[in-house]
Amino acid sequence: MSFIPNILFALALIAGVGFFAKNVKKLMRNIKLGQDVDVSDKKSERWRNMAMIALGQSKMVKRPIAGFLHVIVYVGFIIINIEVLEIIIDGLFGTHRIFSSIGSLYGVLIGSFEILAVLVLVSVIVFWIRRNIIKIKRFWKSEMTAWPKNDANYILYFEMVLMTLFLVMNATDIPFQNMDSGNVISQFIAPWFSSLPETTLHIIERSAWWLHILGILVFLNYLYYSKHLHILLAFPNTYYGSVKPKGQFSNLESVTKEVKMMMDPNVDPFAAPPEGAENAVPAKFGASDVQDLNWVQLLNAYTCTECGRCTSECPANLTGKKLSPRKIMMDTRDRLEEVGKNIDANNGEFKEDGKQLLDDYITREELWACTSCNACVEACPVSIDPLSIIMDMRRYLVMEQSAAPVELNNMMTNIENNGAPWPYNQMDRLNWKNE
Amino acid sequence: MSEQLKVPTMQEAMAEGRQPDYLFWVGSAGAFDDRAKKITKAFVKLLNKANVDFAVLGIEESDSGDAAKRAGNEFLFQMQAMTNIEVMNMYQVKKIITTDPHDFNTLKNEYPGLGGNYEVYHHTQFLKQLISEGRIKVKESEFKGKNVTFHDPCYLGRANDVFEAPRALIETLGVNFKEMKRSQRTSLCCGAGGAQMFKEPEKGDKDINVLRTEDALETNPEVIITACPFCNTMMTDGVKAKEKEDNIQVMDIAELIADAED
Ligand code: SF4
Ligand code: SF4
Repeated sequence: MSFIPNILFALALIAGVGFFAKNVKKLMRNIKLGQDVDVSDKKSERWRNMAMIALGQSKMVKRPIAGFLHVIVYVGFIIINIEVLEIIIDGLFGTHRIFSSIGSLYGVLIGSFEILAVLVLVSVIVFWIRRNIIKIKRFWKSEMTAWPKNDANYILYFEMVLMTLFLVMNATDIPFQNMDSGNVISQFIAPWFSSLPETTLHIIERSAWWLHILGILVFLNYLYYSKHLHILLAFPNTYYGSVKPKGQFSNLESVTKEVKMMMDPNVDPFAAPPEGAENAVPAKFGASDVQDLNWVQLLNAYTCTECGRCTSECPANLTGKKLSPRKIMMDTRDRLEEVGKNIDANNGEFKEDGKQLLDDYITREELWACTSCNACVEACPVSIDPLSIIMDMRRYLVMEQSAAPVELNNMMTNIENNGAPWPYNQMDRLNWKNE
Repeated sequence: MSEQLKVPTMQEAMAEGRQPDYLFWVGSAGAFDDRAKKITKAFVKLLNKANVDFAVLGIEESDSGDAAKRAGNEFLFQMQAMTNIEVMNMYQVKKIITTDPHDFNTLKNEYPGLGGNYEVYHHTQFLKQLISEGRIKVKESEFKGKNVTFHDPCYLGRANDVFEAPRALIETLGVNFKEMKRSQRTSLCCGAGGAQMFKEPEKGDKDINVLRTEDALETNPEVIITACPFCNTMMTDGVKAKEKEDNIQVMDIAELIADAED
């Protein structure tokens, strides 16, 4: 019966990875609900962005304290996961510390894992204090209640528990302690348990081992529901992020076609549209719901870490307006999730639910408060562009609903009639010269 | 301005069979806004002084469409853009200079996709070039030794990564320059962008231009320097809201250079 743990382990592993794969599929399906967008240009610049911003954390360290702590947790997370490989092999084949046969290098490896584990533990505690005791402003904005607030803390607790389990596991592992190599930290924890009989120690060691790996599998599956998806999506997101000057907004191609037709004196406006032209005209200008956005914008929404760096630099938010670029991203993700669930519940077809991103999630007041200053885009550590969503929604309001604020309508009428945003005569455009 | 400005139009140049090196894009603000017109003239004075071969479109120029685009009216933007492109391509325009960062941005980044391909310079970049070529000489000015600060226009700085040119110009003035806490990449908007200039702000607890003016006041300036007609309006209003207009001037970098030029 000694193989029962191996079977249990294999089952847990299959279940954990299987659920995760299922969620990843759902995630990709939801992202693909977005419109197509061409991101095939400037490949080398995109790779460089990914290497610098996601792997190199170049934007994180713009805020030195949070950045430094984040780098520790991030490096710790990646490196300690090497240990997971050993756990998986041990678990499947009933071995114990299979890699220890590589000799002294093993000690060096585990030793550095232990040091990292302590550093991660300390960083995570500091993160918790910043959030809950110091109450740094960006973590306490109005969109950060209920789930978003708890989510952030759950992850911190998770990390604390996982790191503690890892250290306890090592400390109560008698053969490992006897090797006396690599137990840089755990040798100081071992004495706390030294009065216990060997069998109890073994039980503690096994429990810590099991809880550690089960915890990691749970964590993996928690990601999909959490802002912690960014640990995976930061990579594609920084790759697909904009490589244009921040001030360059897209020119809507569908509009270009119509404007060209309008301006072309050779086109007969009453002629029947050419074959197939009907299908070429899009149903809609701008965005009122998530399916109108492009898939990179939807990827953005899933990648958002809810850190609020964007909001803390937003001039509208800083002056008490309702607009918060973080909320724009959170709303987009929430609505996308809702649409995804709707599709799941209706055999793969979206059933009209009488709701949309506009008004039901993002209000017009928020959209019109934006100055298009790009501070949010600049601040985001994972290349998210909240501004592009705001702009697409304004486009819908103006071009589909003619629902701009009155003053803006006046401004646009002036441009249309006399080529300037104010009611001056086009013929007076050079008068300044002689004034 | 006492001396007569030379402001040839593209049409006149064409009639004389000339092809000017540069088009000076005046922009709607530069042509119609009372404060911005002074900046336009200060800049033309410098162009004349440096003997730059330029022309304007005059009554053939129409609004760039920037504000319409940021307000969400892509139709109106593209109509404006294509109308302007048609005119500029007819005159075979190659290089453009403008004093408005919003028009700079849209001409440089958004017109190419609609058939308008030009080399576009903001006046801060162009003036820097003229100075380095020795075509403009900056002499003693009444501003020498004064405390100044610089407000980065969003559409010049963050949007197009032009941070250095305005600072290089300020350096030539012999002033006592101090950066605001939020500057360059993390500069705070004046509140005018995204078509906000043309509407009342949404409900909040402060106006953005007042917050930005407070940033500027922290540096204890005698002059707040800008490089955008809209920033200029916003900061001027902010200074007034703080009742500091007797002690603090808001000026465009072109005006300071024009004043210091011999
Ligand atoms: S672009 Fe809009 S949302 Fe982003 S920081 Fe500026 S005002 Fe806020
Ligand atoms: S959009 Fe970027 S900066 Fe804003 S909360 Fe999300 S991750 Fe943070």
